[in-house]
Amino acid sequence: MQNPETRLPEGSVPEEILQQWEKRGVSRRSFLKFCSAMTATLALPVTMMGRVAQALEADSSPPLIWLEFQDCAGDSEAFLRANQPTAAEIILDYLSVDYHETIMAAAGHQAEAAKHQTIEKYKGKYLVVVEGSIPMADGGVYCTVGGDSALNIARQVCGNAAATIAVGSCATFGGIPAATPNPTGAVSVREAVPGATVINLPGCPVNVQNLTATIVHYLTFGRLPATDQLARPKFAYGKRIHDNCERRSHFDAGQYAETFGDPGHRQGWCLYKLGCKGPETFHNCPTVRYNEGSSWPIQAGHGCLGCSEPQFWDAMTPFYRRLPQVPGFGVESTADKIGLGLIAATGVAFAAHAVASSFRKGDKLEADQVVKED
Amino acid sequence: MLEIRYVWELPVRVSHWVNAVCVLVLSVTGFYIGNPFYPASDTAAYIMGWNRFIHFTFAYLFLASLIVRFYWFLFGNHHSSWRMFFPWATKSGRKAAITFFRYYTFTGPKLPYEVGHNPLAAMAYAGVYSLFVLQLVTGFAIYGQFQPDGFWFGIFGTLLTWIDVQTLRLVHHLTMWLLGGFFINHFYSAWLMDVKEMNGVMSSIFSGYKFVERDDL
Ligand code: HEM
Ligand code: HEM
Ligand code: SF4
Repeated sequence: MQNPETRLPEGSVPEEILQQWEKRGVSRRSFLKFCSAMTATLALPVTMMGRVAQALEADSSPPLIWLEFQDCAGDSEAFLRANQPTAAEIILDYLSVDYHETIMAAAGHQAEAAKHQTIEKYKGKYLVVVEGSIPMADGGVYCTVGGDSALNIARQVCGNAAATIAVGSCATFGGIPAATPNPTGAVSVREAVPGATVINLPGCPVNVQNLTATIVHYLTFGRLPATDQLARPKFAYGKRIHDNCERRSHFDAGQYAETFGDPGHRQGWCLYKLGCKGPETFHNCPTVRYNEGSSWPIQAGHGCLGCSEPQFWDAMTPFYRRLPQVPGFGVESTADKIGLGLIAATGVAFAAHAVASSFRKGDKLEADQVVKED
Repeated sequence: MLEIRYVWELPVRVSHWVNAVCVLVLSVTGFYIGNPFYPASDTAAYIMGWNRFIHFTFAYLFLASLIVRFYWFLFGNHHSSWRMFFPWATKSGRKAAITFFRYYTFTGPKLPYEVGHNPLAAMAYAGVYSLFVLQLVTGFAIYGQFQPDGFWFGIFGTLLTWIDVQTLRLVHHLTMWLLGGFFINHFYSAWLMDVKEMNGVMSSIFSGYKFVERDDL
């Protein structure tokens, strides 16, 4: 039992933990910053910060396998290119990343062997991060690694993992490879390996802060965070961009940028009329932002593309118009042009009918009842 | 002898005019929401805010009015029953619908005699009530996004992922124009029938009464 005199105030981080991280080259300031950022991102009370820090100290750190399929490596880039000293660094330091094609030193058979070893040794205990979609067409021939198809690898690796974290829009919803006409039959991890425990962190790319927070949540509580109907963690995808956007007051006022570079755009007005998809996108970009909180698309003056919503490449286009195209009509016809055309045509047709009807004789039903006035 | 009959009961008339006002207000505010053409003078303005607030307030009023009318489909007189909207279900209904259609298209000389809805109008109303429901569903589905654990999200949340929000918005937007097209048709036909049937149909939607010649029935 701890002596009550020396018990730390709630939420503080024990001295030994800070010293240990200092020895690994992470200053106490950075580590505390990291712990508080994670606690805040997960929407946990400040008093949980100590618990978060301690979770990173327990020496049962699970091994991690990072798989890449049909992707652009953007999620790996996001993970590795963040500023110094980073959230990612702390997590990389802490977890043992046993397999990551882009950063591992091993290659060829050696690397494959290491992966198999991890799967065998830590069956049901290791974590997997998947980046990229999985092609199903033609027996999965469109993406193979080390001679095996992405589908087989995903089934084997994700099927035996404690949990799979699908990162980026490709792994979560099929992303750009799955956009119409989807020649490779690309699907998400959840569709390819239906039995696995999968959490979805969509985004193009994933926000590193959300990935690390998900891992930290898993380490702290031993389970994945609560998710929505698309298996996205609620702490990161529980609010609409539009409802937390810094330009929202301009939206409500009625101040909109009409074109890029116009006076409204330069004054930071709302990007609604430039096709912003913030009103239909759930993500914490406005609060967490990208690249260590420095900026995010709308802050930089570009409307949201809705990249973290399912099939965004098909559903959210045209990116610079608010509404999708009306099927069967030309590129230039907007819903309003078609609507006005409909109204005009109806108006003309009924006007013509009215003229014709007023010349019509002998069709009044009660004409026989009419009494002439004098 | 002409007699006067009480055809449209109070709930039918009240819900008709509440619906008409709601559709008008929802279309004007909805048009602004879809295309905010009117510029704000300064940041203290609240133009989109008010448009949305009015849109949502009338959305709830519209919902209430439709609930009243749907209740009356079941418990009102036979002129307001849901059965009126499916004239093709009976032989006489089909016959009257064809006579009407021929009259409208100038291929037949005479109107059939009706006390309640004329069969073509009734079919249009079946369509327009479907559009009302479509607007309610798409509207409240988009509306629910502001609170993902809330009531409307609970009801229509799955729609937002089955059919994506952009498609719902497009449908919601295009349906406004369809309702506009219906309104032109509707207003014109009400005027035409008022002139040709000479039974006071136009005033009937205010008063409830129509003039009927028993011998012609
Ligand atoms: C100046 C405006 C309007 C006038 C003069 C008017 C007139 C009428 C009349 C005379 C009827 C009864 C027709 C019959 O015998 O079948 C009627 C019914 C109806 N009207 Fe209108 N109307 C107006 C606006 C609207 C609007 C804006 C809508 C909705 C978009 C609408 C929807 C309906 C519907 C759904 C019915 C069927 C009533 C029922 O049985 O529930 N009306 N209207
Ligand atoms: C006759 C009925 C209605 C008409 C004609 C109408 C019309 C419109 C139009 C044209 C828009 C703009 C759509 C766009 O371009 O994105 C809109 C937006 C919207 N409507 Fe309606 N609407 C109707 C009923 C409703 C109802 C019943 C609701 C239920 C709450 C609703 C909720 C909304 C919402 C939430 C939006 C989007 C607002 C935003 O993004 O800020 N509407 N409506
Ligand atoms: S910029 Fe986009 S997300 Fe922000 S208030 Fe405008 S429409 Fe909404």
